[in-house]
Amino acid sequence: MNTAPAPASALDAAQLILQRDLILAFRKRGQIAQPLAFFAIVVTLFPLAVSPELARLREVAPAALWIGALLASLLALEFLFRDDAQDGTLEQYALCGHSLTWLLFAKTAAHWLMTGLPLALIAPLAGLALGVPPGSGSGIVAAVTLGTLSLSLLGAIGAALTLGVKRGGVLLTLLTLPLALPILIFGARATELAIRGADFAAPLYLLAAFAVLGVTLAPLAAAAAVRINLE
Amino acid sequence: MAFTWFHKLGSPPYAYALAARLTPWFGWTAALLIAAGLYGGLVLAPPDYQQREAFRIIYVHAPSAWMSLMIYSTLAISAAVGLIWRIKVCHAIAASCAPIGASFAVAALATGSLWGKPMWGTYWEWDPRLTSELILLFLYLGYMALRSAIDEVVRADRASAVLAIVGIVNVPIIHYSVEWWHSLHQTATVMKLAKPAMPPAMLIPLLMMLLGFTLMFFALLLVRLRAEILRRERSARWIREALPA
Repeated sequence: MNTAPAPASALDAAQLILQRDLILAFRKRGQIAQPLAFFAIVVTLFPLAVSPELARLREVAPAALWIGALLASLLALEFLFRDDAQDGTLEQYALCGHSLTWLLFAKTAAHWLMTGLPLALIAPLAGLALGVPPGSGSGIVAAVTLGTLSLSLLGAIGAALTLGVKRGGVLLTLLTLPLALPILIFGARATELAIRGADFAAPLYLLAAFAVLGVTLAPLAAAAAVRINLE
Repeated sequence: MAFTWFHKLGSPPYAYALAARLTPWFGWTAALLIAAGLYGGLVLAPPDYQQREAFRIIYVHAPSAWMSLMIYSTLAISAAVGLIWRIKVCHAIAASCAPIGASFAVAALATGSLWGKPMWGTYWEWDPRLTSELILLFLYLGYMALRSAIDEVVRADRASAVLAIVGIVNVPIIHYSVEWWHSLHQTATVMKLAKPAMPPAMLIPLLMMLLGFTLMFFALLLVRLRAEILRRERSARWIREALPA
């Protein structure tokens, strides 16, 4: 830990955390690649389990993409706070005098940039492998971008709650998935409409509304949960 | 002061004694109401013109479904009160609510699918209300899993309270998204359940069951609460004084 003078405002501090987390993530590139590889494997399972016929695969493509994205994001969430909690960094954040809500929002944003966004970018490629027409790529990117953002924010609460639990991965899944169902419903619906070439704005707006709700409320709950686990 | 009764409720010995005193009142009233409601519903009420005798499961199903939702709100509200004002008894109430609520959710699901077999021809239909109920059960299970995963009582209380609050914010969103999802994927219309006004012979037993189940929940909650308080305060001196050795 370098001993930089305390930054002036919570926003500055949040920006520093964002930078730090991105730098740390780029130093451990394997951790960025893991969720992507996991996503690719889950999507590969579907043709093997259903059938190699592209027409049938196109039917299950929204389900395959979204179940893959949900599970890959959840897998990555386990590492969101773990390292920082173990080496005491999280405690320093809580003590530094700035709003913990902002700092955790920055951490979650960095996490999403490193997992959710890459997932959204490779989702159309995975879609192509499932027989999805290339024209629907933009819709899929938009839906998965918003969906993974909401999921990262929602999952941050779960990750913060399970901080004190040994091997909390399964528990994190059990806590987060029921709450994430609206994301799955709207996300899969938007993807399905995009694949059919129909107007997918309505479910996309609902996904965006959920993301806005997550941006405003989830960091508050995550900060409360982190404080509880640091006590 | 006008609020001293409230502070007294927050003290475990007082809450313990009060719970012991109130339990028989709730318990016996609930038993009478449920007995009368069951007799009225299963024997006196006429069979439904469309569903025949099968409709009678509503006398257990509807109150169970109603209770599972009400108990979740009770749980979330008392957890929030416990989190904000740091009242230990409120956390004990939330902890005691969860298994009862989960049992009612299971009862609602089981009776719903038993009713579905003669009505829909299948035990399980992805009906929005059944789906929401299933998700509610998962929320209960997650809450109990988190609570049991953390050993320290204080930390388990506060962490699970945050989860309960997040859950209660999300419950309406989940409910409406499930309805929306269902209206989009409407398959064969299962059955039009147009709701004509229930005749009083059917409605009154249902209301009695509803009230009876609510009082039964209070009685169960108070019993569990006493056990929970005993477990939490097992090293306190008042327990040795209150309990006969």
